[in-house]
Amino acid sequence: MFAYVIRRVLATIPVMALVALFVFSLLYIAPGDPAAVIAGDQATPQDVERIRASLGLDRPFLIRFGEWVWNILNGDMGVSIFTNLPVTTMIQQRIEPTLSLMILTLILAVSIAVPMGVVAAWKQGTLIDRAVMGFAVLGFSVPVFVVGYLLAYVFALELDWLPVQGYTAFKVGFFPWLENLILPSVALGGVYIALIARITRATMLEVLQQDYIRTARAKGAGQSNILFLHALKNAAVPIVTVIGIGIALLIGGAVVTESVFAIPGLGRLTVDAILRRDYPVIQGVVLLFSFVYVLVNLLIDLAYTLFDPRIRY
Amino acid sequence: MASATVLSPIEAAAPEGYAAAAPLPDVLPPVKPRKGFIGFLRRNPTMAIGGFLLLLMLCVAVFAPLLWTVDPTALAPAKRTREPSALYWFGTDMLGRDVYSRVLFGARVSLLVGFSVAILASVIGMAIGMISGYVRLADSIIMRVMDGLMSIPPILLAIALMALTRGSVQNVIIAITIAEIPRVSRLVRGVVLSLREQPYVEAAVAAGTRTPMIIWRHILPNTLAPITVQATYICAAAMITEAILSFIGAGTPPIIPSWGNIMAEGRALWQVKPYIVFFPAIFLSITVLAVNLLGDGLRDALDPRMAKRL
Repeated sequence: MFAYVIRRVLATIPVMALVALFVFSLLYIAPGDPAAVIAGDQATPQDVERIRASLGLDRPFLIRFGEWVWNILNGDMGVSIFTNLPVTTMIQQRIEPTLSLMILTLILAVSIAVPMGVVAAWKQGTLIDRAVMGFAVLGFSVPVFVVGYLLAYVFALELDWLPVQGYTAFKVGFFPWLENLILPSVALGGVYIALIARITRATMLEVLQQDYIRTARAKGAGQSNILFLHALKNAAVPIVTVIGIGIALLIGGAVVTESVFAIPGLGRLTVDAILRRDYPVIQGVVLLFSFVYVLVNLLIDLAYTLFDPRIRY
Repeated sequence: MASATVLSPIEAAAPEGYAAAAPLPDVLPPVKPRKGFIGFLRRNPTMAIGGFLLLLMLCVAVFAPLLWTVDPTALAPAKRTREPSALYWFGTDMLGRDVYSRVLFGARVSLLVGFSVAILASVIGMAIGMISGYVRLADSIIMRVMDGLMSIPPILLAIALMALTRGSVQNVIIAITIAEIPRVSRLVRGVVLSLREQPYVEAAVAAGTRTPMIIWRHILPNTLAPITVQATYICAAAMITEAILSFIGAGTPPIIPSWGNIMAEGRALWQVKPYIVFFPAIFLSITVLAVNLLGDGLRDALDPRMAKRL
């Protein structure tokens, strides 16, 4: 087991190195002259040269890449072209709202989607099942910002139950924090809920046909006992895997959700950086999110034994 | 045996003194499957609905110049932010442009991006997946590269690419395609690897069929079904990504009325004039829904085993 953990952790290093290489080489493989694009249309040739030098585009690729990686390992992600602040500082200032939004969405989505999928599998073919599956298709089809605006319109503007937009820091108080995040979390969670509910239903359908479920029923175990203890536990591995993979959806969606609800997080930072063509910031955020994504999936991989003791390494 | 009632052939054939059981009534009338296209649609209602909606959107996109009431880019500052009415069906935006005409034009952008990305990503992903599934040396390298690419959330990858290029529909298509390729490649590689173990492929190898012929005759046709299903989902994802990119200002240039752009422009006013945001939103959702339904229908029709599971 311990050897496996070490091997698995080591195996993520080349993946992260590749991610870094990609994010870095985007500057070189992008069509046209990125320095000119970043400088904008009104830039003088001197401006373009200055940006080219600050991005290191005037030096050989490998040397520049080596420096860049070394700096990142030392906690230096470069300096923003627009604000001249270190990218790490800018990320630190913005990380709390995004982290809050994503964690709340994760909790919300899992606690809604898993029971939904379980019930749909239990009542396979009934109206409930169809409703859940219909919801899943809708969840995949209606984009985050559409759900966001719809929710904000109904619950904030028309009913006035929740704030329209904005963010309150966690240290101000739990309830103001929660109040601001409910609508964004629900909006962001839509696709995620659809994905998890669908996989939960599919795996549960398979598990419910197993002999041990019939045995459990024969020995007189209650319905909820069978569903949530016997069946769900055996269906856990694919569900947990998809929860991990789906984090990519959350990350992509967070960028948009933060724009809709004016949450000053990393997504908002990215959007501002795009409008100013502040590439070092974009690079930093993309790298950070990708690393988080890889790490979360590593943790989930390692957690398989918790859900299924049959898995041994 | 009283002969007042009409005897069924079995009863009539029963020898004297034996009573044959009466035939069981037909609980279910015999199902006569309808043949042809109509029958196919009847058996796959999701596909029929999705196909119909998508066809409708395609017509809207193709005939947009005939359907719109005014030029979608025409400014009319005197008629700013009019509510939807008989004259302006979906109202006008803050520059006085007709939202209805702009939304119709948006269908063109969205469908163009969706279809282009679906086709490009499928073709390129298929080529990469084939090589990966057939050339062992290339496989480990290609799959590691794909692992790396897949670790970057697709929307962020597209955002990063768009930050470095000038906004144009073509660049949006390229950026989203690059972000979608890894998933297709993985799928094709998996299918190719499992197909290579099939007895008929082994038989072809044993019979001395050359590899290009095996790929052409056996492998390629069998990857088409899963690829087609995947392509519809890619199409749906690409349309959403395009809208997201445009919405946050990293996609189609603002002069082109795409659904994402219309929503981005309506954003500042959405609390007072929500219709500017909602009309393109509804169109986008319906189009994506249509493509998703088509994909689900295709999946069920092409792979009945999967249909039972999902």
